Amino acid sequence: MRLSSPGQPLPGTSRRAVLRGLGGAALLGAGIPLLSACGGSGTASDPKTVTLGSNASDAVPKKAFAEIYAAFKKQSGITVDVNTKDHNTFQEQINSYLQGTPDDVFNWFAGYRMQFFAAKGLTTAIDDVWAKIGDNFPDAMKKLSKGADGKYYFVPITTYPWAIFYRKSVFQQHGYTVPTTWDQLVALCKQMKKDGLVPIAFGDKDAWPAMGTFDQINFRTNGYDFHVELMAGKVSWTDAKVKATFDHWAEILPYHQDGSLGRTWQDAAQTLVSKKAGMYLLGSFVAQQFTNKADLDDLDFFAFPEINSAYGQDTVEAPTDGFMVSKSPKNHDGVVKLLEFLGTPEAEAIYLKADPSVVAASSKADTSTYSTLQKKAFEMISGAKSLTQFMDRDSRPDFTSTVMQPALQKFVRDPKGVDGLLSSIERQKKTIFASS
Amino acid sequence: MSIDATKTREAAAMPPPGTASTKKRVPQGHKRLLTRRDRITLGFMAGVPTVLHVALVWVTALASIALAFTSWDGIGFSSIKWVGLDNFKQLFTDNPQFWPAVEHNIIWFVVLIAVPTPLGLFLAVQLDKKIRFSRVYQTAFFLPVVVSLAVTGFVWQLVYNPDTGLINSLIGANKPGHYIDWIGDPHLNLWAVLIAASWRHTGYMMILYLAGLKGVDPSLREASSLDGANEWQTFKNVIFPTLRPTNTVVLVVTIIEALRAFDLVFVFNKGAQGTELLSILITNNIIGESSRIGYGSAIAVVLLVISLAVIIPYLIATFRKERRA
Repeated sequence: MRLSSPGQPLPGTSRRAVLRGLGGAALLGAGIPLLSACGGSGTASDPKTVTLGSNASDAVPKKAFAEIYAAFKKQSGITVDVNTKDHNTFQEQINSYLQGTPDDVFNWFAGYRMQFFAAKGLTTAIDDVWAKIGDNFPDAMKKLSKGADGKYYFVPITTYPWAIFYRKSVFQQHGYTVPTTWDQLVALCKQMKKDGLVPIAFGDKDAWPAMGTFDQINFRTNGYDFHVELMAGKVSWTDAKVKATFDHWAEILPYHQDGSLGRTWQDAAQTLVSKKAGMYLLGSFVAQQFTNKADLDDLDFFAFPEINSAYGQDTVEAPTDGFMVSKSPKNHDGVVKLLEFLGTPEAEAIYLKADPSVVAASSKADTSTYSTLQKKAFEMISGAKSLTQFMDRDSRPDFTSTVMQPALQKFVRDPKGVDGLLSSIERQKKTIFASS
Repeated sequence: MSIDATKTREAAAMPPPGTASTKKRVPQGHKRLLTRRDRITLGFMAGVPTVLHVALVWVTALASIALAFTSWDGIGFSSIKWVGLDNFKQLFTDNPQFWPAVEHNIIWFVVLIAVPTPLGLFLAVQLDKKIRFSRVYQTAFFLPVVVSLAVTGFVWQLVYNPDTGLINSLIGANKPGHYIDWIGDPHLNLWAVLIAASWRHTGYMMILYLAGLKGVDPSLREASSLDGANEWQTFKNVIFPTLRPTNTVVLVVTIIEALRAFDLVFVFNKGAQGTELLSILITNNIIGESSRIGYGSAIAVVLLVISLAVIIPYLIATFRKERRA
């Protein structure tokens, strides 16, 4: 419309309509960070509304969160205006989303991923919220919720552990015992191979499962502090300690399932379901593949065995999901109230009732409705001295996705070339971490 | 652009020179033909697309060339840092995926030219003979072209799945010991994807050649058969030479297909070990929560340079031909 000529009006409505359409297209083109255009800015000044950007696009979590927001409205009278995006799209567009006009609160992950945006000034510190909810969480969770500057930026809600999963009946049938040390694990692998089983199920087609294996072996070999420093780019990948991690990995790699680079984690999990594989190192979401109730009851897990007695089994990999506050929320008071509510054991209980595949981040949550597997996972996490997230949550995602994913796949395929691989990782790491 | 359009229209509308009344009429005719309103309208009709084109094609292309010399994580313009040729240096020396990606793009092109193109030509020649059920065959071979490559990738992934896929289940290659990893093995997966790509490309080539063959003058065939040429001789000496323009189109289309290869591989295994492609490296670096826009742009510039090296000679040849004609 603003394109119509200053002189005489344009003749012919159709032509004008075309021009108007073109003008519209031009305006659209200008608003390319599309996500940012979707923020609930219309309800900006309403003190009774908090806007929330959600990545919970799957049916189960979406419904679970909706129930939490309904309970919050009942308690406080504040409406949560949810703006749901497809899970992966949300992640890919988070950058432009936070720079545009984001919602007041948004779903995000703990760890470096959270600290990165906090350090960029795209989110708000919430020490005031933590003054109230601090008692609900164990120390490991508190550590996870802080930015690099020591302030709180994150409210955790759910988490799940990584461990070695197995079927009780298979262990019973062959008389295996749960290994607690590295040597026992290697011996068990050998025995399973002899018994005609695939000792460790493995599928790395999506490139991230290998990261989980690396994490486990690395913090068992070198401890939590070294692992975190390595992830933060502070230690060299050519360090002898990292080499030791890969040496351990190479020792058990022959016991992993053949052809892992062409297999998804779901297919790998099926070999555990069908009792062809003896063990599987994965997050507890592996239970989703056990659709038969009897199979699910047969599923159990143990913590990754000790490699270095100085560290024992004190670290647990437990990716944690939760909430952050955008740069300048329109309804700050409402946001504080919402986050305080989300940090209560009650809110977690509402969530877990609807989604039993994860456990509560809070140590005070009601565990009475938990399944045996959930209870064990909860104990493992609350008993941990340190929690890691996952390689792509503990380190710069651009580094992990463009360098580490292909590098680990290369290692899995050819473990002999590890020296060249590590120096290649280190060279690429330096330029990426130097960039900002 | 707008000036050009106006001029052409004026020129076309002008009465042929040599008429007696020309001199008097020109200024009047000019006024009558293009009122102020018309000129504004034309200005918009030519101007708006021009602005859009410049903004969405040229500005973005030039911007990504400029960004290739910077380091930028996409957060605020203040974080753009000039790094000179660093991105390219890194790309050519440190990136273990870059040279494989270039190589795979080239292999992609060679295979598409060597396998599905002759196959498409062969099918087209057969179908052109008006055999029975010709339309059915035509549809069957063309069907893969209609289906989106993302879907194609998904379907072929089911065929190649090493554990439960069609091939391994049939030949029993999904057991430990004798295991064929079609998707994960870097010596196999590129060829596996190329079979899927060729499957689709054949239909595309067939349709192009079929159209070309419809344009062959039937009297040529008649003449050659009168001269006693057999089928192969007719094809080699009469039909194929007349397909020259089609061949040019086929070559260009195939080059484009090879350079833009992306979706099939992305669905198949995201360009992991053995199937790296330039387009996938660009996507991996630019899309995402903390992106390396400068570095990704540098790869895009490499792809642009390769494309230009192909496009410029083609355009020169085409224009030269037009000028001669």
